[in-house]
Amino acid sequence: MRVVFLGATKGMGRALARRMSERGDQLFLLGREAEELQRSAADLAARHPQHAVVGTHACDLAVSSTFAAALDAAEAALGGFDTVVVTAGLFATQEAMEADAALAEQVLAVDFTGTVVFCEHARKRLLARGGGTLCVFSSVAGERGRKPVVLYGAAKAGLSRYLEGLDHKFRAQGLKTVTVKPGFVKTGMTAGLKPPPFAGEPEAVAQQVLRAIDGGLPVVYTPSIWRWVMLVIRWLPRFVMRKIGF
Amino acid sequence: MSDRGEPTVAGWGNLAVPGRELLSEDLERATRAAVLSRGLGRSYGDSSLPPPSHREVVGTRLADRILHWDGQTGLLRAEAGFSLWEFNRLFLRRGWFIGSTPGTQFVTLGGMVASDVHGKGHHSHGCFGSRHVRSLRMRLPSGDLVECSPERDPELFWATVGGMGLTGHILEVECQTQAIPSPWIWSESERVDDIDQFIAGLKEAGKSWPFTVGWIDCLSRGKHMGRGLLDRGRWATPEETGGRSLPVTRRLTLPVMFPEWVLRWKLTTQAFNTMWYWRHVPRVKKKLCHPDSFFYPLDAILQWNRIYGRRGFTQYQCVLPEEAGHGAARRFLDLLTRRGGASFLCVIKDAAAEGQGMLSFLRPGISIAVDFAVRDDTQRLIDALNELVIAEGGRIYLSKDAFTRPDHYAAMDPRLPQFLAVRDRIDPQRVVRSAQSVRMFGDPP
Ligand SMILES: Cc1cc2nc3c(=O)[nH]c(=O)nc-3n(C[C@H](O)[C@H](O)[C@H](O)COP(=O)(O)OP(=O)(O)OC[C@H]3O[C@@H](n4cnc5c(N)ncnc54)[C@H](O)[C@@H]3O)c2cc1C
Ligand SMILES: NC(=O)c1ccc[n+]([C@@H]2O[C@H](COP(=O)([O-])OP(=O)(O)OC[C@H]3O[C@@H](n4cnc5c(N)ncnc54)[C@H](OP(=O)(O)O)[C@@H]3O)[C@@H](O)[C@H]2O)c1
Repeated sequence: MRVVFLGATKGMGRALARRMSERGDQLFLLGREAEELQRSAADLAARHPQHAVVGTHACDLAVSSTFAAALDAAEAALGGFDTVVVTAGLFATQEAMEADAALAEQVLAVDFTGTVVFCEHARKRLLARGGGTLCVFSSVAGERGRKPVVLYGAAKAGLSRYLEGLDHKFRAQGLKTVTVKPGFVKTGMTAGLKPPPFAGEPEAVAQQVLRAIDGGLPVVYTPSIWRWVMLVIRWLPRFVMRKIGF
Repeated sequence: MSDRGEPTVAGWGNLAVPGRELLSEDLERATRAAVLSRGLGRSYGDSSLPPPSHREVVGTRLADRILHWDGQTGLLRAEAGFSLWEFNRLFLRRGWFIGSTPGTQFVTLGGMVASDVHGKGHHSHGCFGSRHVRSLRMRLPSGDLVECSPERDPELFWATVGGMGLTGHILEVECQTQAIPSPWIWSESERVDDIDQFIAGLKEAGKSWPFTVGWIDCLSRGKHMGRGLLDRGRWATPEETGGRSLPVTRRLTLPVMFPEWVLRWKLTTQAFNTMWYWRHVPRVKKKLCHPDSFFYPLDAILQWNRIYGRRGFTQYQCVLPEEAGHGAARRFLDLLTRRGGASFLCVIKDAAAEGQGMLSFLRPGISIAVDFAVRDDTQRLIDALNELVIAEGGRIYLSKDAFTRPDHYAAMDPRLPQFLAVRDRIDPQRVVRSAQSVRMFGDPP
């Protein structure tokens, strides 16, 4: 695969990029800090020298004017790409966002508007070459309005709906949209939070997501148990949701 | 979790204190005002735990990127949370091995420097920090970011090697790795009848074998005291391996928890096998073996530390110096077996040159390591062992310790004032400290 990867510097993205590079996929890395990108590219090159990273370019989900240039650079370096992966995202606790409106706005802007607009750019380019795979990390937080993730969940809900729509509209034209819905995964993003039962590890998530990308699965819950957890949550009546803290 | 649901952190001995790990890929940021860094928590005692007044220690294991690799010379530079397990997974098959490996591969480069770890190859390859580390990038207690090496601020460098995290946070490690002729080990195991034979055997084997270690049966006393198995090994030649490639480990990630009964069963089986082996194998057994089973036999049982139950356990490791003579190990074992309470196995190793770190553990002599489940009399037992070690002129390994009294440690290690003087220079307020340094070096709680 020839992959444009936004978010490979940390967390699940780091783990997934390593897996892809290990099996020989060609990667072009996008992210907000040039030095971080260089360090991640060097890491991948040292691990798998025969499949070194093709290049890197700055791209900030909070700044939509960076998207086109980043994808141009990727296209030039890879000689066209067939896969776009977005693991980049921002999280803040409900408490923090209630106390700080600017932070809430930033999370909403990155996780919803920025991500959707980036995907629009990517989608057009993939469709122009006859299709490909667009794999984007949303969250189980978008499945139901829940007390601990009202704002973050709203952004991810919007993102999930958008991706679902893309899949409905463009699959016939060859664009496979893969929506990844992680439950709790132990990364830097969740470092300050108490892990619930079934908390996942990034490497296991990466393995599962890669299988989903290869199989063109429209939706992946990861760790898989979250599919069943969310099934229950979606069916809980409102009066119960008002009572519980989950 | 503690009984009150408060989060806790613990070392490998499961002796927990209230606190938690702040995990981050970005060590430069995470260490800005941090009291201590820890890696994979494989030190047994309290060296990786926060002082009582703090609840948070930086966890480095997400900071695991390789920054530079030179496939010609084997020079590696990586972030401090890069694990030895990952190194082995990536580089063994490419013909490289770490300069010095401890008995588990679930450790980070930062932790290997801070403990100046040693292994079966101590007599041939020395300790990790002392012999193989070329340079460190650090966040000092003052907040400054610096690079240090044996040439650049050597005092800071040598205080950091073996310094148990007390000189600041290691962010990046540059080290020299070793080229190997094949990824397999050629090993020989020999039954040994008593402690004197053991010491002689280790010294003799060390002349021609790069890796040696002994496993002593701690249940035998009297004439058979100190009997056990002596393992020696070297990298196999390509001819000996017949070109066989090393099987790939299936494990995806560093170990997760196992239910306790599985462990108990596995460990009991292993113990049984070992005993059986001692009685029935030919005197010398030779074979080609996987480096995992040669260097890291205990890693196969993953969370074996949990079988010791809720009170946890501790390891006692000391070095008895050459000057104390052959009799020292016998006197130590005699006290140990008389007092009881130790596990059925203990590990014995001859040590060569003293590490260059100011607090590096090893010095020429014999190192002995033994596990104890924590009981009411553990403190008394360790006091007694320490008194013997002091009398013999030896010292203990801080990385394993949770019980040694400050005056005992001070009596063992004449280098301590020099180390503390470096801390006075770079950290007069003792911003960076651990539960161990509070207990042992009188740091503010
Ligand atoms: C089964 C087993 C076998 C072992 N065998 C051996 C052996 O043969 N030889 C040997 O020498 N040791 C051995 N050990 C001990 C182990 O190698 C050391 O304790 C090692 O330091 C653990 O590394 P870690 O990354 O888990 O560090 P931790 O246990 O998390 O930390 C250990 C110390 O290093 C410091 N530290 C860690 N990372 C940093 C950093 N980035 N910056 C500053 N300070 C840091 C901590 O503050 C602490 O003082 C063994 C341990 C086990 C469990
Ligand atoms: N961890 C979980 O439990 C969990 C659960 C559900 C959903 N998710 C979602 O899964 C995805 C990955 O999560 P993670 O835990 O792996 O996160 P992480 O470890 O925090 O990594 C986040 C990544 O996003 C990048 N990023 C952040 N803001 C950006 C911006 N404005 N522009 C470009 N890149 C940006 C970061 O790059 P830098 O290097 O520049 O910081 C980093 O590479 C996220 O979308 C997250 O919302 C996570």
